[in-house]
Amino acid sequence: MKEKLYQALEERILVLDGAMGTMLQRYEFTEADFRGERFKDFHKPVKGNNDLLSITQPHAIAEVHAKYFEAGADIVETNTFSGTTIAMADYDMEDLVYELNYESAKIAKQVAEEFTKKEPYKPRFVAGAMGPTNKTASLSPDVNDPGFRAISFDELRIAYKQQAEALLDGGADILLVETIFDTLNAKAALFAIEEVMDERNIEVPIMVSGTITDASGRTLSGQTAEAFLISISHVPIISVGFNCALGAKQLTPHLEIVAHRTPFAVSAYPNAGLPNAFGEYDETPEQMADQVKEYLDKELINIVGGCCGTTPPHIEAIANLAKQYKPRPLAQITA
Amino acid sequence: MERARKYLKLSGLEPLIITPESNFINVGERTNVAGSRKFLRLIKEENFEEALSIARHQVEGGAQIIDINMDDGLIDGKEAMVKFLNLIVAEPDIARVPIMIDSSKWEIIEAGLQVVQGKCVVNSISLKEGEEEFIRQAKLIKRYGAAVIIMAFDEVGQADTYERRIEIAERSYRILVDRVKFAPEDIIFDLNIFPVATGMEEHRKNALDFIEGTRWVRENLPHCSVSGGVSNVSFSFRGNNTVREAMHSAFLYHAIAAGMNMGIVNPALLEVYDDIPEDLLEHVEDVLLDRRDDATERLLEFAETVKGVKKEQKVDLSWRKEPLQDRITRALVKGIDEFIIEDVEEARQNAQRPIEVIEGQLMTGMNVVGDLFGSGKMFLPQVVKSARVMKKAVAYLEPYISEEKDEVTASAGKILMATVKGDVHDIGKNIVSVVLACNNYEIVDLGVMVPPERIIAEAKEHQVDIIGLSGLITPSLDEMVFLAKEMQRQDFEVPLLIGGATTSKAHTAVKIDPQYQHAVVHVNDASRAVTVVGDLLQKDKKGNYIASLKKDYAEFREGFLNRQKIKTYVGIDEARANKYSIDWDEAEIVKPNRLGIQKLEDFDLELLKPYIDWSPFFRSWDLHGRFPNILEDEVVGQQATDLFLDAENMLQKIIDEKLLKAHAIFGLFEANVVNDDDIVVRHNSEEHTFRTLRQQSKKAKGRPNLALADFVAPKASGKQDYLGCFCVTAGFGTEELARSYEKENDDYNSIMVKALADRLAEAFAEYLHKQIRKEHWGYASEENLSNESLIKEEYKGIRPAPGYPACPDHLEKKTIWELLGVEGEIGVKLTENLAMWPAASVSGYYFGNPESRYFGLGKIKEDQIADFAERKSISVEEATKWLRTNIAD
Repeated sequence: MKEKLYQALEERILVLDGAMGTMLQRYEFTEADFRGERFKDFHKPVKGNNDLLSITQPHAIAEVHAKYFEAGADIVETNTFSGTTIAMADYDMEDLVYELNYESAKIAKQVAEEFTKKEPYKPRFVAGAMGPTNKTASLSPDVNDPGFRAISFDELRIAYKQQAEALLDGGADILLVETIFDTLNAKAALFAIEEVMDERNIEVPIMVSGTITDASGRTLSGQTAEAFLISISHVPIISVGFNCALGAKQLTPHLEIVAHRTPFAVSAYPNAGLPNAFGEYDETPEQMADQVKEYLDKELINIVGGCCGTTPPHIEAIANLAKQYKPRPLAQITA
Repeated sequence: MERARKYLKLSGLEPLIITPESNFINVGERTNVAGSRKFLRLIKEENFEEALSIARHQVEGGAQIIDINMDDGLIDGKEAMVKFLNLIVAEPDIARVPIMIDSSKWEIIEAGLQVVQGKCVVNSISLKEGEEEFIRQAKLIKRYGAAVIIMAFDEVGQADTYERRIEIAERSYRILVDRVKFAPEDIIFDLNIFPVATGMEEHRKNALDFIEGTRWVRENLPHCSVSGGVSNVSFSFRGNNTVREAMHSAFLYHAIAAGMNMGIVNPALLEVYDDIPEDLLEHVEDVLLDRRDDATERLLEFAETVKGVKKEQKVDLSWRKEPLQDRITRALVKGIDEFIIEDVEEARQNAQRPIEVIEGQLMTGMNVVGDLFGSGKMFLPQVVKSARVMKKAVAYLEPYISEEKDEVTASAGKILMATVKGDVHDIGKNIVSVVLACNNYEIVDLGVMVPPERIIAEAKEHQVDIIGLSGLITPSLDEMVFLAKEMQRQDFEVPLLIGGATTSKAHTAVKIDPQYQHAVVHVNDASRAVTVVGDLLQKDKKGNYIASLKKDYAEFREGFLNRQKIKTYVGIDEARANKYSIDWDEAEIVKPNRLGIQKLEDFDLELLKPYIDWSPFFRSWDLHGRFPNILEDEVVGQQATDLFLDAENMLQKIIDEKLLKAHAIFGLFEANVVNDDDIVVRHNSEEHTFRTLRQQSKKAKGRPNLALADFVAPKASGKQDYLGCFCVTAGFGTEELARSYEKENDDYNSIMVKALADRLAEAFAEYLHKQIRKEHWGYASEENLSNESLIKEEYKGIRPAPGYPACPDHLEKKTIWELLGVEGEIGVKLTENLAMWPAASVSGYYFGNPESRYFGLGKIKEDQIADFAERKSISVEEATKWLRTNIAD
């Protein structure tokens, strides 16, 4: 799979899927649906724990993946954005972490394989999504105690290692460290992945995607796009880029910075515009594709998709557009 | 797209990319506890608020990277590093620049790497501890995503010449780039900036060698950077900022031109190059670039004319106002004995019984010392000073305690220490004893030349918990094996510690450990001794520890023996056929100016001072590094400087009061080689024969099997050749002087005296060898070598000593003694195991042939032992006994 991925990256712009959450909302799952039979007596409310649906509503997850593949996505992300002991602590579900990741990867892999079988000329890939967790290693949650940290590098490293192992065991082709708002968290995740690769003596394609949180052009932990890029470039990743927080238009200047400064492939999967007064994303597929066109005209990217608010029609519009362009040329990545 | 080039890229909140076009990158040094007293004080007081403002000032002042260092004996470096970094990260106006995590301790570096999101610089790692550790650390640094400073330091020591700098840089670079796959642009070399104008001949090229080393590195090791701490270069001019500033600027000017692209510079101590007055600049550059022989003198003279006002140093006595326990603890930790009697008396008056002062306040203080030493925050000389204060305090209390008939306080364990039979060397043993005593062990010190039966008897009588054996000469190794056998035979169970210069883990594992069923541990430094003894005596866990020790030694032994088998040897005849051949027809043999024996009595020690090689002196105190660089060492520099000051004072006292006596006897004789390996020496028509030993390991084609005899013309050549012998001592008076300090409970100075006597004896040997070369023999009358070159043995001809690698056979000392009449003339005796007494003595041969050189005999085979026994007319058993450590298994 790895070779096929590298080959595909050379040949064309790869399309990533869109939002999982937005799609799941449409099912209007109730607390009982979230719980399913297995967790019907669980001591805490679990509604909102989308990752859990990989166990309790696996068909819905598979369906969403299939819709994105149908829309033209080359890569789908596993339903594991919060699949670490750290993020699952909110639901008292730390013990489920391995299973959640394993099952999520397995579901996505199954769907991907079906599509690859149907269209062997267009292999489909599964990216194991590794989210930022809900704690930050370089920011204090307590304004009165700036030296305090709610989580340490080692705690993150251990949690991410477990997630990475489960995702790989479940069949993920890629590991995607994403929605990075604190680079130190991402470095712990990358450290963990390198440990796993070392221990298993394997090479796993790694994608890294940061998040520029506001108009200042910085991550939540204060780094500029370029400082962020330098901070994660020690790992032999296949791509680096940004997702979430901003719409396609607002992301352009930051993508330019990265695209001009890295030998790695560049990825972007923005939100469907900025949220409106109701917190909804309302950029239409056509509007978003129009913005993405600028990336393509400027040869900024190799991988493109969508984040919050994006749907299969968005991805379809982007995929149709991307087809007509050549990918950003990749520099020879010398060790 | 712009092709990503290999530039050093760092990041804080913002990027820092160092390209060939970048200006010199200035690393802020004020947030370094070793570099700023104020910062140190603030960290100690946990005043992080103000400490942060120092960091902020630096960034505002233009520092592009800030170096953070928390290595200080009295702070918890790891905790302070993490705390301070966490606070910095919360300050965007500081955190915008990349951070240099500076520590000599890996655990502090790693803790720092775990709390910084940006791409840092690690300062520093090196090959000091060997490749394995270097690679391990480099891999982790790579994984944490940091750049790294590589110190020009390897297993041998710190690079202090041009050649060593490039040798280590290239080796480090190749390991990092080829094996670790470390990005070459993330490598920064610190090529060691050392002081110039120290008055020492060997320091003349310090600046120039750095500059030229930098040029080589930048030209030959692609993509890397070169850094350094600039203020070192002007160390000799402390107090004269005008000169220092000029030196820094001029040095930077040339170093930057050669490719130095970043460094630690105190901007306050920097003059603009073009603003340096012309005459000052000329004097400064003469020194930096080593342009004239008298450059240092001229600059010193000139410096007087531009000297600023010097500040008087004031002793801070504010700690005397602190509570009693704090004062006692401080006195112990700092080794201040000035007020200890006063404080102990106060404590005694407050105590119910005097013994409580020892068990209470003093032990509390010593526990702090023990903890600091155990965690590497105090160094050996400090601990020995602490012990001195402790002993003083106890001595003061003793009369009161016996009055009360108090029970002796329970010790942590009883340890017997002895230098084995036939050996007189005890500096290391004494240091270990002192350190163990500091950690509340009771020491039964049997002194030197202790026969095995006495060790056994005393061990039984005192019911000791551990036996520690020490020795310096090779026959002592056999004594240790013998003692281990005896302990086994007599059903001992206590652990056996082995230490001393000739001992090794290999010998301990292969020869001693199998003789004794219980624990045998090789401990060669005092700091390890404490942990080892602690582990050995720990009630609940010692079983496991001992089992793991036995296993470790068994494995080591196996590995060692397996490796051994690979070596192949040739028969002695074959080895002789492959001797080193000098063309005696062409060889120019210089006849000594004066043949026969001469004696120097009561030699003026002042004349020996410049010949002292100080590095081994620091080693004997467990401070490792080359002199004088060690005085500037990041970790032990302060300690080394303090120790050196004490040593210089003691040395001056010894010289002024003539406390030690130095004598020498030496002779130059007609000599020729007969029967391949025997050197026959003629003196007053009497013949003496030295039997040399020949290497027997199988050599690569073209490499000879050496024996010292190869350097003297064979009789058959028809040429008359010559050989010298000597014995020097600086040891008379050592024992008396050391004992007088011991009586005062002053082990520090007692050890100091012995260590200095050793240095003086070595200096005497060096001095005399020079006189031989230049005058008495006169084959190198033109020679003009610096002390450093002498230490590096750059002279022509050699002076090997029996018992050392080229001639490990101690027996030949007897021949020297007969030939020169050593004992009768200058009083140096040989013990039954052929150690010299006084211990601070050196004896050996002089070989004058320019092709003669030092080598190691290595292992030899039974056929040569038998041959040697026959040549010497001794039994094979006796020959085997003396050469045991050199016989191949």
